[in-house]
Amino acid sequence: MAKSIQEINEKIKKRKAVVVTAEEMIEIVREKGESQAAKEVDVVTTGTFGPMCSSGAYINIGHSKPKIKIGGGKVYLNSVETYPGFAAVDIYIGATALPPDDPRNKIYPGEFRYGGGHVIEDFVSGKDIVLTANAYGTDCYPRKELKTYINIKDVNEAVLFNPRNAYQNYNVAVNLSDKIIYTYMGTLKPRLGNANYCSAGQLSPLLKDPHYKTIGIGTRIFLGGGVGYVAWWGTQHNPGVKRAVNGTPLSPAGTLAVIGDLKQMSSNWLKGTSMLGYGVTLTVGIGIPIPVLNEEIAYYTAIKDEDIYTQIVDYSKAYPEGIPEIIGSVNYAQLRSGKIKIDGKEVPTGALSSYAKAREIATILKDWIQSGKFLLTEYVEKLPSSDSEYKFKPLNLREI
Amino acid sequence: MATRKIVLHFPPSIVNKPLIYKLTKEYDIEFNILKASISPEEEGLLVLELNGETTKLNNAIKFLEKENIKIQSLDQDIIHNLEKCTHCGLCVPICPTFAFEKNPVTHEINFIKEKCIACEFCVKVCPYDALTVNFAV
Ligand code: SF4
Ligand code: SF4
Repeated sequence: MAKSIQEINEKIKKRKAVVVTAEEMIEIVREKGESQAAKEVDVVTTGTFGPMCSSGAYINIGHSKPKIKIGGGKVYLNSVETYPGFAAVDIYIGATALPPDDPRNKIYPGEFRYGGGHVIEDFVSGKDIVLTANAYGTDCYPRKELKTYINIKDVNEAVLFNPRNAYQNYNVAVNLSDKIIYTYMGTLKPRLGNANYCSAGQLSPLLKDPHYKTIGIGTRIFLGGGVGYVAWWGTQHNPGVKRAVNGTPLSPAGTLAVIGDLKQMSSNWLKGTSMLGYGVTLTVGIGIPIPVLNEEIAYYTAIKDEDIYTQIVDYSKAYPEGIPEIIGSVNYAQLRSGKIKIDGKEVPTGALSSYAKAREIATILKDWIQSGKFLLTEYVEKLPSSDSEYKFKPLNLREI
Repeated sequence: MATRKIVLHFPPSIVNKPLIYKLTKEYDIEFNILKASISPEEEGLLVLELNGETTKLNNAIKFLEKENIKIQSLDQDIIHNLEKCTHCGLCVPICPTFAFEKNPVTHEINFIKEKCIACEFCVKVCPYDALTVNFAV
């Protein structure tokens, strides 16, 4: 018995919709089977809270008197570089941006205590941020310098816009070399000292809709504590990778570009993140509702950690050199148990993505929908799916 | 007689010197090794409980410092700030003494202070500044 999103929305408005988290759905399907679950449950909520470098925010700071055109100039927020290459007073602050005088990895491993991700966290929490700008001056925009505080409540638009988030599955990172290495997957101890992973697994949005049957361009989502939307597919979207019989990819696959009003968001769900020896990034909370339109979707939303596999990659050689070599494959139940076996060796696991917070996001989104304040959307366009030709390509280096 | 607990950080270059032997032989110090992790490629780590006369203890520590060993008193405390912790679990596998444990039900990370030897490794690794050093004097 198929349902439509419209029917589900009618139920949500009357506060009669049955909404469960992805973890709860697993139990329901285990007990009652997919067909009964599809009848009983209307919406399954998902969540993820992990570092996502391809994140940032654009801000329109408003015009000063006299006016300045910062496009073509230099602009800093709390000494962190922003990108002002737009019009007069629009800037984009990227999660990985740093102050020009940060020592980077000159003192190895660099600590990267403050950068773009932290500026976004401070800004969203309502703190005053120091803006400094230099520009060249024109007849219509004569001012050349600007130094002021800005605050999120005073600026015109403040919009979180992340070109790539919500990775559908991710690598497990290990270090086969004899020395410690510092990566975006965390600090990796030598000779398989630890194995770090980064996915909410059975709670992760795109793993619960592996073929993008309900999540698409225009889907309304939980983003950073506010309401956001899927704006496009994310950069490096790679739907065509090998998949298990249950449809989940066996390596990093689909991604989402997301957008939302930063003014509604909260620093609980947007956190500046310092990765030792690597840099700064932003940890972003995302939750996506999945309408249980039929049995097939009930089946996907109930896929368990035990049935989601990913690849183990050596970050001392294979990853940095771009060698497509895989050491092995594990599932998320094994990863979450705290140790996995690689070549007979027991290796302790660490995570970058917080499962506890992913669960909290799925629960908040469930409350929003149950209370009638969050309605589901139909996508306006499909994401390129596994049967499309869409591929993630390396850079073709050419002689100049 | 006095007792002190200290953490020694060795640069790889001096891992092979018989320094600890000298502590007993020349400075008359008794010691217990509470934890040791030494390999030729990495920084060595040794946690010692030293027993000896106060002057001799101080001289012994001066001697170790001259040998380029970073000495840390174990009176330092690591603080786990729950307001900042996201319970990601990145600190769990890197702690040499397994002082972090994940609750299998809530998936939250607990810090077991008694196990911590204040090596400070986790302080730099935590991406959210949730682990800090508290210097007790
Ligand atoms: S690494 Fe930091 S944030 Fe993550 S669990 Fe450990 S203390 Fe908490
Ligand atoms: S300082 Fe951190 S890494 Fe070192 S022993 Fe204590 S908890 Fe473990």
